[in-house]
Amino acid sequence: MTDATVKLSDAQIRRRMLADFWYDFRRNKGAVAGLIVFAILVLVAIFAPLVAPHSPTLQYRDALLVPPVWSEGGQSAYLLGTDAVGRDIFSRLVFGARYSLFIGVVVVMIALTGGIILGLVAGYFGGWVDTIIMRVMDIVLAFPSLLLALVLVAILGPGLTNAMIAIAIVYQPHFARLTRAAVMGEKQREYVTAARLAGAGNLRLMVRTILPNCLAPLIVQATLSFSSAVLDAAALGFLGMGAQPPAPEWGTMLAEAREFILRAWWVVTFPGLAILISVLAINLMGDGLRDALDPKLKRS
Amino acid sequence: MNAFSRGLLAASVLALGAAAPAMAKTFVYCSEGSPEGFDPVPYTAGTTFDASAHPIYNRLVEFKKGTTEVEPGLAESWEVSEDGLEYTFHLRKGVKFHSNEKFTPTRDFNADDVIFSYDRQGNAENPWHQYLAGISYEYYSAMEMASLISSMEKIDDYTVKFTLSRPEAPFMANIAMPFASIVSKEYADTLEAAGTREDLNNLPIGTGPFKFVAYQKDAVIRYQKNADYWGTAPMIDDLVFAITPDAAVRLQKLKAGECHLMPYPAPADLEAIKADPNLKLDEQAGLNVGYLAYNTTVAPFDNPKVRKALNMAINKGAIVDAVFQGAAVAAKNPIPPTMWSYNDAIQDDPYDPEAAKAMLEAEGVSDLSMKIWAMPVQRPYMPNARRTAELMQEDFAKVGVNVEIVSYEWGEYLKKSTEVNRDGAVILGWTGDNGDPDNFLAVLLSCAAAGEGGSNRAQWCNEDFSALISQAKQTSDPAERTRLYEEAQVIFKDQAPWATIAHSTQYVPMAKNVEGFMMSPLGDFTFETVDLVE
Amino acid sequence: MLRFILSKLLYLIPTFLGITMIAFGFVRVLPGDPVLLMAGERGITPERHAELSHQLGFDRPIWEQYLDFLGRLLQGDLGNSLVTKKPVLTEFLALFPATIELGLVAIVIATMVGIPVGVIAAIKRGSWFDQVSMTAALVGFSMPIFWWGLLLIILFSGILQWTPVSGRISLLYYFPQVTGFMLIDSLLSGQKGAFLSALSHLILPSVVLATIPLAVIARQTRSAMLEVMGEDYVRTARAKGLPSSRVVGVHALRNAMIPVVTTIGLQIGVLMAGAILTETIFSWPGIGKWMIDSISRRDYPVVQSGLLLIAGVVMLVNLAVDLTYGLINPRIRHK
Repeated sequence: MTDATVKLSDAQIRRRMLADFWYDFRRNKGAVAGLIVFAILVLVAIFAPLVAPHSPTLQYRDALLVPPVWSEGGQSAYLLGTDAVGRDIFSRLVFGARYSLFIGVVVVMIALTGGIILGLVAGYFGGWVDTIIMRVMDIVLAFPSLLLALVLVAILGPGLTNAMIAIAIVYQPHFARLTRAAVMGEKQREYVTAARLAGAGNLRLMVRTILPNCLAPLIVQATLSFSSAVLDAAALGFLGMGAQPPAPEWGTMLAEAREFILRAWWVVTFPGLAILISVLAINLMGDGLRDALDPKLKRS
Repeated sequence: MNAFSRGLLAASVLALGAAAPAMAKTFVYCSEGSPEGFDPVPYTAGTTFDASAHPIYNRLVEFKKGTTEVEPGLAESWEVSEDGLEYTFHLRKGVKFHSNEKFTPTRDFNADDVIFSYDRQGNAENPWHQYLAGISYEYYSAMEMASLISSMEKIDDYTVKFTLSRPEAPFMANIAMPFASIVSKEYADTLEAAGTREDLNNLPIGTGPFKFVAYQKDAVIRYQKNADYWGTAPMIDDLVFAITPDAAVRLQKLKAGECHLMPYPAPADLEAIKADPNLKLDEQAGLNVGYLAYNTTVAPFDNPKVRKALNMAINKGAIVDAVFQGAAVAAKNPIPPTMWSYNDAIQDDPYDPEAAKAMLEAEGVSDLSMKIWAMPVQRPYMPNARRTAELMQEDFAKVGVNVEIVSYEWGEYLKKSTEVNRDGAVILGWTGDNGDPDNFLAVLLSCAAAGEGGSNRAQWCNEDFSALISQAKQTSDPAERTRLYEEAQVIFKDQAPWATIAHSTQYVPMAKNVEGFMMSPLGDFTFETVDLVE
Repeated sequence: MLRFILSKLLYLIPTFLGITMIAFGFVRVLPGDPVLLMAGERGITPERHAELSHQLGFDRPIWEQYLDFLGRLLQGDLGNSLVTKKPVLTEFLALFPATIELGLVAIVIATMVGIPVGVIAAIKRGSWFDQVSMTAALVGFSMPIFWWGLLLIILFSGILQWTPVSGRISLLYYFPQVTGFMLIDSLLSGQKGAFLSALSHLILPSVVLATIPLAVIARQTRSAMLEVMGEDYVRTARAKGLPSSRVVGVHALRNAMIPVVTTIGLQIGVLMAGAILTETIFSWPGIGKWMIDSISRRDYPVVQSGLLLIAGVVMLVNLAVDLTYGLINPRIRHK
């Protein structure tokens, strides 16, 4: 009986919080714009084969480096022109959206899971466990992230999967630190002590009781990491260590396009623009999320 | 040149006025990379040789500018004994070594310098053999000099006799190579006494047309004309290497007047360069070959007819267009057309997918799946292996052969591609070291080069071919050698261990006012003949 | 205070040891073999390979190599590059000033522009200035700087021809390296126009490198200002009728600077990462490009010691930030 009431009010509280959150989020015009662009991006990625007029890897040997349709010499079949081996750039960008979103999601998932586990364990148990985990995190953070990711990719071998793993490893100390700090804060609260007295086990305490109350900063960090992951994966691709050609990953496209910088501006411009727009959209959303979730900022 | 940099130039001429003689001619070369060091002997990169061996040093014999013929260098003349085992060199007199702040030579170049320069590489007992940590002499050992030279003897100050262990026709070409550069023994002794042996590599002293002035790591190398040069002194007063690894940036700098000449333009930029009224473009077939080597020990590629059929399926013209942007000629022989003994009578396999398909069927090959290895790096003979592999993948699909493209990290690639049981055909290539056909045919295709760790990536061992090659190596008559090599190329074409892809063309863009630059078939960049005119 | 510094330093020792382990360990598990790369297309026989590996010490047990590495490290010997055969420390010191110069100018640009923009945006909250500058900041924050660099090169060096394409100074100037900082050396040289030339070479790369830190600093300054201006004492000061310039300048700004200083300090890691990309694009002869080249050449000693040196520098800067923070804010010291 009591159990049921608690659950009900939990759900009510959650719905209430969600409504509050949505209200705050919606007030932020930038965040809504970001959300819309992001939604379009997701749709484009999902329905890429329908959106793209050509295959992203098909080479039209008779249409090498065709400029965009509005430029002199452009062809209506190739909206944003073609690259050095005659592939349609627009189609490649459309399929490239899949890579970027996929990279963002996977990196955040790995980093978030790893970071939460390490942070929970460190913060909850404290003592030498905490010291060792946090020392290792310090060490990882002492290296500039891109440099560390580069070395990791060099070890694992260039490629998309390895690039994602490397970036995730580099990111997870941030999540571990946040989780740990939140857990340390929550651990002393009365509700935790109460749960412990009620006989809740360590695991249950950590996961069911403490974790839900540390989520807000983690969500904000996750959005931030999502956009950084897209940027860093593109940077790795640009340096030849990320997704490998002929994959239409945006950074890799830029790397391939670099030799045409003077001759064919469109092969350089559009992939970069695609990266900028998606990262910007995610960051706009992230700002909105943060403002809506962070009560301290709401006040000001 | 734009207004801004012209302003700078004016300002700098004023500034330099006090220090340097007016109107000093400064030639700026936008080089493609940093030299590993300035002692050419322990290194192997062409970039290093362009910055060390060519401007600073000389060899006993030199390649005649613009050719692969050998002409007198620090040796004025030489005699070869009847059996081809004894080489006696008569050294040039009055050749001065450079001087720098720490060293002023007290004597001219002589036989001691020659013996020292070779001995330090071949003789592990020589105190200079290990003067840098972890140093090794890759070219010396690759050219088998250690086993080839059985003794060196100083007859007098200006006569040196080399005794070989076997007759070796390419020997003269070998000792014109950068690793055979002559350093000063007196300088080495001075450094030894001062305890700064590494300066042999940092502050080089040679006899070459340019004196080393300063090197700022990864940025600039400065040289000055050697006024005492024994040959024709350079026309320019100062030579500057502006290190610029990126091809697009190099071109930008050339266009902006920040440098006068650049190597390795991106194929994509050639059109724009040709169209630019302020630039001119020299071109020459490079001394290289790009190829696809089948593993001739693995079925069905052990069957020459299968290899031949696959070769007929490859559209080389499309590769030359899309990968080389037209800056290459399709290859039919393993050696480039600029090399002597190139057999032009050989007919290339026609591009004919239908016939290729029929031939494969006749050999009972159907549903063939194979791997094509594409290397991860750009090389002079292959600007984009991945793109080439993709084109081949499409070509082979048309004859019913399914291709998977694989790649490895470059070091791994080089190693794994030599494995005897390698699965798949490998894209690779070669750039000649000394212009001798032996340097292609023996190194890449002889039985001796097959096996793990060897450079015969096709694992192709044809007794007849190898016999011809080794016979040619021991013959000193050029006409006879030519005949033997031509015959060897016929066997190669018939057996088709490779699909020969292309010989890339070398382009050198330069400012309009550059004169006298001579392209080297070996791909060297040398500037003693260069001048700037107004 | 001394105890505070000492305890911080002591804390760094195990971290640094961990860094040496990672730097060393990473490099040993890198696939690829420097000996093979040296041999190139020619290939190398197994015997010769074994001989060279032995000569370079790669055939000894890993732990022995590690102890050897540590032992030499304590003597200040970071090993020699396999490619150039020169001491790693010499190469690092030759290239580091270029990176520092680039980084310092970038951080100066980021601070000089970022802080005023943030302050004005906070004061004029909601104004068009606030909206435009904060949108710009967010765009800057989202910028793939390798692409941004390429665009700027196309525009300023290609089309407009205002700035040189790459390098640190026009090659027409030649003077000895005193400090390694081209801006200072060019002034010391006394050659006319040298300083301007150095500056014109530096401007594009440093603007590119400054982009992200600038955006971060502007955003951080704005939110720190907003927070401080909401505090009671600022409201009180305002209520007392103090002129608003005084309120902002004296009360708000000073307190808002504490988190901003930390943010600036934390940008050092961002700068190092950005330097890798910026140096690659502009052919800037610094340590970022050096590391990338060394990784691809499998130059073990350079990669491991380079990682160590860079991590060491980042650690020291973080320590300095920590200490400054401790100075500004005594509460932290006693925690």
